[in-house]
Amino acid sequence: MKRTKWLSLFAVLALVLAACGDGDDGAADTTEGATATTEAPTATTEAPDEGGTAGQGGELTLLQWQAPSTLNPLLSGGTKELLAASLILDPLAEYDPDGNLVATLAAEIPTVDNGGVAEDLMSITWTLKDDVLWSDGSAFTADDVVFTWEYCTNTPDCTQSTFFTGVTSVEAVDATHVLVTFDALTPFPYNAFVTFQSPIIQKAQFEDCVGADATACTDANFGPIGTGAYMVNDFKVNDTVLYDYNPNFRGAADGKPFFGTVLIKGGGDAEASARSVLVLGEADYGWNLQVDPIVLADMEATGLGIVKAGFASSVERIMVNQTDPNPDLGDQRSEPGTVHPFLTDPAVYQALSMAINRQELVDVGYGFAGSPTCNVWPGAPYASTANDACLTQDIDGANALLDAAGYADTDGDGIREDPDTGDPLFLLYQTSTNAVRQSNQDLVKSYWAQIGVDTELKNIDASVFFGGDQASPDTYQVFYSDVEMYTNNSGSPDPQTYMANWTTAQVISPSTNFGGGNIPRYSNAEYDALHEELTTTGELDRRIEIIKALNDLVIQAGAMIPLIYRADVSAFANSIEGVGTLNGWDSEYWNVEDWTRSG
Amino acid sequence: MGRYIIRRVLFAIPTLIAISFVIFAILDLAPGDPTASLPLTIPPEDREKIREALGFNDPFLVSWLKWLYQMMIVEPIFLIEQMFNITIGDGENRVRIISWSSRAPAVDTIIERIPQTLWVLGLAFILGIMIAIPVGVISAYKQYSVFDNVGTFVTMVGYSVPTFFTGLLAIVIFSVWLGWFPSFYDTTHVVDWTSWESIWFQIKQMIMPVAVLALFNAAALSRFTRSSMLDNLNEDYVRTARSKGLNENKVLVTHVLRNSLIPVVTLIALQIPGVFAGAIITEQIFRINGLGQLLISAIQGADVPMVQTLTFLFAVLIVIFNLVADVTYGLLDPRIRYD
Repeated sequence: MKRTKWLSLFAVLALVLAACGDGDDGAADTTEGATATTEAPTATTEAPDEGGTAGQGGELTLLQWQAPSTLNPLLSGGTKELLAASLILDPLAEYDPDGNLVATLAAEIPTVDNGGVAEDLMSITWTLKDDVLWSDGSAFTADDVVFTWEYCTNTPDCTQSTFFTGVTSVEAVDATHVLVTFDALTPFPYNAFVTFQSPIIQKAQFEDCVGADATACTDANFGPIGTGAYMVNDFKVNDTVLYDYNPNFRGAADGKPFFGTVLIKGGGDAEASARSVLVLGEADYGWNLQVDPIVLADMEATGLGIVKAGFASSVERIMVNQTDPNPDLGDQRSEPGTVHPFLTDPAVYQALSMAINRQELVDVGYGFAGSPTCNVWPGAPYASTANDACLTQDIDGANALLDAAGYADTDGDGIREDPDTGDPLFLLYQTSTNAVRQSNQDLVKSYWAQIGVDTELKNIDASVFFGGDQASPDTYQVFYSDVEMYTNNSGSPDPQTYMANWTTAQVISPSTNFGGGNIPRYSNAEYDALHEELTTTGELDRRIEIIKALNDLVIQAGAMIPLIYRADVSAFANSIEGVGTLNGWDSEYWNVEDWTRSG
Repeated sequence: MGRYIIRRVLFAIPTLIAISFVIFAILDLAPGDPTASLPLTIPPEDREKIREALGFNDPFLVSWLKWLYQMMIVEPIFLIEQMFNITIGDGENRVRIISWSSRAPAVDTIIERIPQTLWVLGLAFILGIMIAIPVGVISAYKQYSVFDNVGTFVTMVGYSVPTFFTGLLAIVIFSVWLGWFPSFYDTTHVVDWTSWESIWFQIKQMIMPVAVLALFNAAALSRFTRSSMLDNLNEDYVRTARSKGLNENKVLVTHVLRNSLIPVVTLIALQIPGVFAGAIITEQIFRINGLGQLLISAIQGADVPMVQTLTFLFAVLIVIFNLVADVTYGLLDPRIRYD
């Protein structure tokens, strides 16, 4: 019959196409399999772990709901690609969860003391471990490090070129020593080749892939040869990565890595990933779980897994406008030179900070992904403890402070008046449109009402607020309000560049294309001088001292009110051991070779 | 018929070029920046270098003509080379369509995605047809019976409840409560037809998405079959057939069904491009990274070459299956002649 004929025709068509697709996959698999088998003999003859326990732990399933689109981290700046590549490639040094440098391919962290960093702070010499092998069995040498720099500087679409800013040359002194020279005094020389964002690629593999040829090297970009614990078996763009353990890994003699294969699976959303790990137990790890804290806590209560938070430098803060945003000032509004009528009075900004119950803000909006903070740099080792009094809400203390400073409610409407002008204490409080931010805004408004400060809330669409359109009066840079709330973070674990944001040179002026990062328009000669000293100080202890002092200066001057130290959140199955604290500074897989499965 | 098909195919070429131009123009006018998703620590100068290297700043006409050349000439030659393992001309120097996010040939990624899309969506489509037609036929033949009422209710539910709801419901029931099936689809699983375990794994991971989509597909189609059957059941030729003394089975299957299926088959043919385009929502819920998910992620990442290539291929499929529908129509109904 015609009908069945047509139906079967469709069925056959579908099956044939499916089979074609499968055939392609099969072909890809066999070619990769072939390379794997050619490698295998070298592995068994050279690898020291024969009969060892490396790779005996079965499969590790990692869910990254945003899947990697390439495995060459130098051609993608996205965290998803960097993470997937960090299983394969290593930098010279990486950060541990506390922000301390740990030598990876380097034998040790170069410092001025051990002679690795030049006395004049103009160069750094990395000493490499001398027994590291690439996963193909060849030796890792200084030439690979030099090549990585050449690759990135000669390839226009290298997304990690910021890591080489200020680097004038990278030379191989001998097979295990690399000299990096800078164009200016660089007290913090650990940017190039440090963290999962600046890993070393193999010269032999990428030699013909420099510059315009970079995109033609799909095989290399999708299957980089690395020094890490794993190597690529199969990569499907924006979908899955399948890794095999690297028998040439430097930890193989110690039985590392534990897992024989790793699968990164993409797709779906954060909530589905959380459910798979915490409720269904069908995966071992779920990445970047931006899920309602109550929902996430419910899922965790199932008992199959735990949620971990990785803290780095993100802080949700209220910026306090040091200049006067009064519209009556016309084009002088919020310009440096004007002074806010009462927000620069220590009694007022201290009272505003004391009145806030930061823990409540965390519980309502952030849960696992936040903790209260009183510092703009909350991460070790630079975190100051001088401001920690703000962690406890003190409404009475705040009221007493305002009373003593003469801010009294003279007309009985519950709002205090400024003793100089007689105007009520009224604040316009703006932030971006976001359910969490609006609930926090409501809470802060209620705290401030208890100390006699009236607040008007305003929220602006994130694409406008953070958009940087110079014609818009609603961007966070223009700051036409008394206070505003958002999160910012440092690109590097070294705070030098980030702390420059509150120097006078960075003060924003709405009328002159703004430019700088000093949103509250805080200006203090002492701060500027201290920051200047930071840029020429190499000694870590002194740097820590200076950074703490800078943090205290800007906080105690009331230029901003830090609220919440924010974290990245991921979930782990209970059976996964050896993860430790989640790493917010580097790859969350930074210690994947130490991960094991219990039971 | 032959001349008709040739005429239609030739006419399709300018249509497709026009479609590609429109797709290009829309994407060119749409906001989007391939470097927008990069971290804020990458300075604007570096972003500009990356955009320049990708060809994002090329003038509209230049990039369109370049893409057209790649799509119409380079990619087909490459496919032929791959298929027959030969080299045509200076194959080394031809530049294929490169995705901005993966920096790899876009067509390779598309081919990589076809198996899972066809497995799940194709199977759901076939299953949907296999459910819809008998249900539609019986519902019409036994109009207002219990079967018809239940069938109508089920198909109405299937049609009106969106797949993002039925999908989540299925996950909650069969994954969370019962723990029978995995909630995500493992595309790295290669089915080994000699191993029951391997086949069973594939069935387990496909069963929920296939069932959800089949219910949705079957719903519309069975309503269509039912009404088409009802139209025909009251026709004179049916009475004639019965009075000839033909048995009821023969009347129903040979006469009524064949005539009723003419519009149904057309509808099925027109729905086939949709199978390739993927069920974006269902793929998202069950984490089947097929063509629909590829399109969505390419749009989100402002990966213009990938979006262009995918949408163009969908357009080609739509044009082809329109033609197939017309030809099928002629085959099923001898009264229709195109020449």
